Amino acid sequence: MLVLTRKKNESIQIGKDIEIKVIGIEGDQVKIGIQAPKSVEIFRKEIYVDIEKQNSEAANVSRDILELLKSQEKS
Amino acid sequence: MEIMTKYFGKVSIEEGKIIEFPDGIPGFIEERRFVLLDLPANPAFQILQSVHNAHTAFVVTNPYFIYPDYTFKLDEAVQEQLQIREEKDVTVLSIVTLKQPFQQSTLNLKAPLIINPIRMLGKQYILNLDDYSSKAPISPAPLKKGVK
Repeated sequence: MLVLTRKKNESIQIGKDIEIKVIGIEGDQVKIGIQAPKSVEIFRKEIYVDIEKQNSEAANVSRDILELLKSQEKS
Repeated sequence: MEIMTKYFGKVSIEEGKIIEFPDGIPGFIEERRFVLLDLPANPAFQILQSVHNAHTAFVVTNPYFIYPDYTFKLDEAVQEQLQIREEKDVTVLSIVTLKQPFQQSTLNLKAPLIINPIRMLGKQYILNLDDYSSKAPISPAPLKKGVK
């Protein structure tokens, strides 16, 4: 991983159309501004990881658990 | 064409029923083509089956059966990507994580599947708001209503 040190109001340019700027620093929190084309999706990492994990779990259903859906209808 | 499926063995599908997910699905970004298969035993649920990988299949449902007030805004980039022009160009589905007992199952309201059924384009859209959980409880009451 490339590591750069930046001060408040300084930026990093990624490629020709993405800018990441340090907007403010308060204690252990850093406020970051991101300018990127609309087509670039931006997520908090932990949310993306949660969705990946949830998808893996959802795809990992065994065949017999699907039987639940049949019994659900009868109940 | 014939595909191998996780729950129904070999199934014959029409090419026109294939939904393209240009970005894949988080955790499964290699899977770009899916079909929706009906569950004959329970019309409240469907299976989103990968065309290329028999093992990749999700149980999905219409979240509005269970959460009628479910609301979010589709940003412009997604509308553009899925070529959505009006409301009827949008089908919303939620991925279900089945659990035993059934009442402990959850549905992912944080990242709904957005499908344009006219263009056959889809995407799992991650909401940048904290109102909805990726593990929202499935409530058994509306199910009974929806099924019977």
